[in-house]
Amino acid sequence: MKYLHLVLANLGRHKRRTLLTIASVALALFLFASLRTVVTTLAAAAQFGSARRLVSTNATGIVFPLPLSYANKLQATPGVEAVSWANWFGGRYGDNKRFFAQFAVDPASYLEMYPEISLPEDQKQAFIRERSSAIIGRRLVDIFGWKLGQDVTIQGTIYPGDWTFTIRGIYTPTDAVINDDMMLFQHEYLEERTGRPGQAGWYVLRIDDGDQSASIAKGIDDQFRNSNAATKTGTEQAFNASFATMWGNVSLLMGTIGMAVVFAILLVTANAMMMSARERTREVAVLKTIGFTDRTLFGLVMVEAGLIAGIGAVLGLGGAKLLYKSTNFNAGGFLPGFDVTTSTLLIGAGVTLLLMLASGLVPAVRAARLPVVQALRRVE
Amino acid sequence: MKIPLIYNLRSVMQRPTSTAFTAIGIGLVVAVFIGMLALANGFRAALTRTGSDRNALVLRRGADSELSSGLDREAVSILAASPHVAPGPDGRPLFSAESYLLIPLSRRGADTNAVANVVVRGVAAAAWQVRQNLVITEGQAPVPGRNEVCVGRTMALKFPNTDVGQALRFGGRDWAVVCHFTADGSSFESEVWGDAEQFQPVFRREGFSSASFRLADPAAFEEAKRVLEADQRLQVDVYREAAFYAEQSEVLGRILEILAFLITSIMAVGAIFGAVNTMYAAVAARAPEIAVLLTLGFHPRSVLLSFLVESALIALVGGVLGILLVLPVNGVVTSTTNWASFSEIAFSFRITPALLLSGVVFAAVMGTLGGFFPAWRAARRPVVQALR
Repeated sequence: MKYLHLVLANLGRHKRRTLLTIASVALALFLFASLRTVVTTLAAAAQFGSARRLVSTNATGIVFPLPLSYANKLQATPGVEAVSWANWFGGRYGDNKRFFAQFAVDPASYLEMYPEISLPEDQKQAFIRERSSAIIGRRLVDIFGWKLGQDVTIQGTIYPGDWTFTIRGIYTPTDAVINDDMMLFQHEYLEERTGRPGQAGWYVLRIDDGDQSASIAKGIDDQFRNSNAATKTGTEQAFNASFATMWGNVSLLMGTIGMAVVFAILLVTANAMMMSARERTREVAVLKTIGFTDRTLFGLVMVEAGLIAGIGAVLGLGGAKLLYKSTNFNAGGFLPGFDVTTSTLLIGAGVTLLLMLASGLVPAVRAARLPVVQALRRVE
Repeated sequence: MKIPLIYNLRSVMQRPTSTAFTAIGIGLVVAVFIGMLALANGFRAALTRTGSDRNALVLRRGADSELSSGLDREAVSILAASPHVAPGPDGRPLFSAESYLLIPLSRRGADTNAVANVVVRGVAAAAWQVRQNLVITEGQAPVPGRNEVCVGRTMALKFPNTDVGQALRFGGRDWAVVCHFTADGSSFESEVWGDAEQFQPVFRREGFSSASFRLADPAAFEEAKRVLEADQRLQVDVYREAAFYAEQSEVLGRILEILAFLITSIMAVGAIFGAVNTMYAAVAARAPEIAVLLTLGFHPRSVLLSFLVESALIALVGGVLGILLVLPVNGVVTSTTNWASFSEIAFSFRITPALLLSGVVFAAVMGTLGGFFPAWRAARRPVVQALR
């Protein structure tokens, strides 16, 4: 690399142009990484789910409840180890600028069902003990500044009125796909206040053998087929995937835009790089005259293109990775676990390589093949 | 003295590849810009066109969507008897108590996992007059008391078994599809409508979700709102129908717009950098030419103007290219879940002339910005240095 200083000198000749080119490469890859991460995050949410957890909902639709009396029957079903249940609460806090989900859950069985929701043992016990207590995700502490022991009032939209909960615990999800901005409170408290006992939004079951999930699910659904509320049971993953598919074509849209962005900016950038190389025809001829081989000149131009693309890539991809990591971005709760994945970084690196080839190959070949006499004659 | 435009045209023609590259790059930016805004536009249109200013919508107090609301029969009959409800031609009130239900349906051609929550709206017979701009495009309106439903136009496009004459299965029962309807592109077109009284036993719902009625005097909405909300027997919130649905689209509409601006502004910066670079290179390559122009006596201002025009020209070509690229998506129907109501909502890309114009202006701005600094530099070049 004895020619490094030559490459650097070339880059430094038009400092502004070099900087602009690097910046546009960086922006393109930053945008690419961001858009692709939306896609991968949605895909990860659809993939999430323990093979040993099943979810039972009302077959008529997710908004219809199931009788609480099913809990015992489900527990007695062969293959089912544990049963828990939850209800969507749908409350608003304050001016509702920042929405977050609240669930009424059966505390002991729910926390046992989801070891991913981790909180200190004493907080857990306090939550299980106290009727009007609630636990919240760590992010809600950051957003609202709530503290342990604080009373928080939520306005119910489905269950009318003001609901006041005492925060007894702050959980941290051990899996990034689980929202860290939920509020969980006692299902019994909900029943007590509404005076409408005996309804669960959905059931979560743990089964002893993940390979048997299909037959166990079918057994459950058969059991309730002719009762008041038929069930629809599937793996937790299928349940989550059904929410992910509700986004519709969002993934496709993001992917398409991402491609258009990358293509547009790369086109413009490659063009600019080619033009700046073309200006140096005379220089290349001079270098050839003083003994630089065709191969060296080819290499020099390619290295220069590679440096511009590479620096831009490091800034753009690295910037995206660091930015989302450090700001703990989750799109207002819609995209938990938003993190630029390794595969995105690798594809970004591939795009960088492509850019280097697209912008460097033509000028490099031209430099290598340049007939000296003709090039020198054209000047002056 | 001005430099004639033909000079710019000719010099652009001298570098066909690089001009084309720059124009295509800018064209793609413009295409994405218009496309994103068309999406936000279509979404807004779907929800803001839903509902009318002449109608009022009644929800249970504190409920923020039709889904979370509930009205019992007593409240509904009190509301229907209110003097603020306009009478229809037959003398009966233009009042529709409705059940808002969500059912899971598989999309057309999708695997069984890909379900969408579709709105099933149980309505009263008067609903077809109360709700505005409803047009039955095929078949006859459902007869009250029968297991019949009418399917919205965009809903029919996206889900199987929704043709007139087919049977749509939900709630554990088959429903005869007897008609299709349009509603001026509003979100009603993503719904299935049927007789509320038929749905209630099937879904085990007592009472209704909400009520919609024609105001006897649209100007007296505030008065109607005050009276009904003050009624202790009701415990309701009263909204102007159009304003309510517009608010339901707030969150997602805003997200789409922010996304559109974020993505396109980052892209635009990249494209401007590209345009600047291209123009810089163009200027540098033509240094002797510029010197000749200056020597001939053209004012530096004319040179500046000329280069700006040239850059704007390339960008305009790009803008037109972008428009041509994006036009085919106009009218393409897409869908997502409106998380405010938790229901599937279909909407189409809506490209308006105003959007196209803003795309062209956007391109011109990119071109002018991109050309300014290189042009400035070209104009201020000392003649001697450039000629040497």
